[in-house]
Amino acid sequence: MTPLLEVERLTKRFGGLTANEDVSFTVGEGEIAGLIGPNGAGKTTVFNSLAGFFAPSAGSIRFRGEEIAGLPPEAVAARGVARTFQIVRIFKGMTVLENVLVGALLRHRAVPDAVARAREALRFTGLERRAADPAGRLTVAEQKRLEVTRALATEPRLLLLDEVMAGLTAAEVQDAVEMVRRIRDRGIACVVVEHVMEGIMPIADRMLVLERGRLIADGPPRAIANDPAVIAAYLGEEYRAPGA
Amino acid sequence: MTQILLQTVLSGVLIGLVYALVAVGLTLIFGVMDIVNFAHGEFLMLGMYASFWGWALWKLDPLFTLPFTALGLFAVGALLYRLVIRRIIDAPMLSQVFTTFGLMILFRGLAQYLWSPDFRSVEHTVVDGKVAFGGLSFGLPQVTAAAGAVVTTGAVWWFLRFTRLGAALEATAADREAAALMGIDGQKMFALAWGIGAACAGVAGALLSSTYPIFPDVGASFILVAFVLVALGGFGSVTGAFWAGILVGVVEVVGGFLWDPAYKMVLVLSLYLLVVWLRPQGLLGKA
Repeated sequence: MTPLLEVERLTKRFGGLTANEDVSFTVGEGEIAGLIGPNGAGKTTVFNSLAGFFAPSAGSIRFRGEEIAGLPPEAVAARGVARTFQIVRIFKGMTVLENVLVGALLRHRAVPDAVARAREALRFTGLERRAADPAGRLTVAEQKRLEVTRALATEPRLLLLDEVMAGLTAAEVQDAVEMVRRIRDRGIACVVVEHVMEGIMPIADRMLVLERGRLIADGPPRAIANDPAVIAAYLGEEYRAPGA
Repeated sequence: MTQILLQTVLSGVLIGLVYALVAVGLTLIFGVMDIVNFAHGEFLMLGMYASFWGWALWKLDPLFTLPFTALGLFAVGALLYRLVIRRIIDAPMLSQVFTTFGLMILFRGLAQYLWSPDFRSVEHTVVDGKVAFGGLSFGLPQVTAAAGAVVTTGAVWWFLRFTRLGAALEATAADREAAALMGIDGQKMFALAWGIGAACAGVAGALLSSTYPIFPDVGASFILVAFVLVALGGFGSVTGAFWAGILVGVVEVVGGFLWDPAYKMVLVLSLYLLVVWLRPQGLLGKA
């Protein structure tokens, strides 16, 4: 069976700067993959290539067996890939419901159907009681949740979450973790870029570690946590675990 | 006196509603893609000429040809986007200004070359004469034009608010990249905005064609007011442009009546300065 997402030797250069080099990994149906790495490791660049914002310099991205590298974002979205942004980009002039409606209209062309679908997505993420509020008036945590809701409303098979837990309180992180788990339980695979380790480690099926544009580790969270290369990347050589 | 004042205020409302329709097209284009279209008055001019030629060549009434004028201008706007504007979307603002300004000159020049600089007019239209009630009296063509403008503005408002494409257009206006993630093709939305924007101006031109002289530079008389309305109503706000249109129409006509018609623009622009000074985001704009 072909995996949901197959990234093969993905390379992205900006002039002389190589942001991603030979990055290869796969994500299976309904899997949660954590994508971590120090600042500037190229995590967001991977997301931008996957979501169609960048055309990769080399390599291939296959989604459900189909090559999607170089397709524009709207075409990638239509095929079932959704993403959120590190810094929230909701439609500020619209209400919460209207934001989600825009996403729902991708699969439901009749407005009443799309409204019903949008309300259902808002119920799922617990934003229902805010439906009529202007989106700009939500708290940061709620805005992040709205972005996820909007992405879910496009009915994706794969959801790319860019730092949904950053800047949240401990309680809000727990809510966000729970939400990601419930999204996966609906059969939607998630790739989660995260700095908040305690958020992502317990729920990830696999961890991918980027450093300076290259993938240096790929495996279950427990193995990654003890991987000398990963520890070196995060803490520097001198903190290498004894005996490693 | 109150009778005359009421008559004047209502006359202002009538012309203001047509101003609003011109501004709705302009504000839509600006709101969706942050481009100031200096050639917007020329869409109105083309709408007027379309009505004129329909009448002069085939004796068709401007009201009858109006749907075709709207469709034709929609095509002109969308095509202009595909051929020209698309290339300057990420260009510096000055390049965008020069491009649409150049288009304005091009359209005026073409109209002069093809149709001569003569003033033309459409006569013996279906809608003619006056309508009177309660001692007030209005030209039927003016009332028809205002009614047509309200219906068209209302249709655009409804489209933006209650249809799938309208939501996509609003989303693109708010954040083009985030909208793309929702599967919305920004290029299509931009072409759509130009099409609708041009169609609005074209419809306004058709509605004015039976009461207003038709000549290549006619757009100039409307574009300045349209810019005032866009700023006054709040950049990108259709409802804002609508209310600003009524306000400016009333100020213009009442001011011209109480003071001197020669100074009516002074009043309109003073009102504009006042709003920009006290409320820079416009009356209904978001800060």
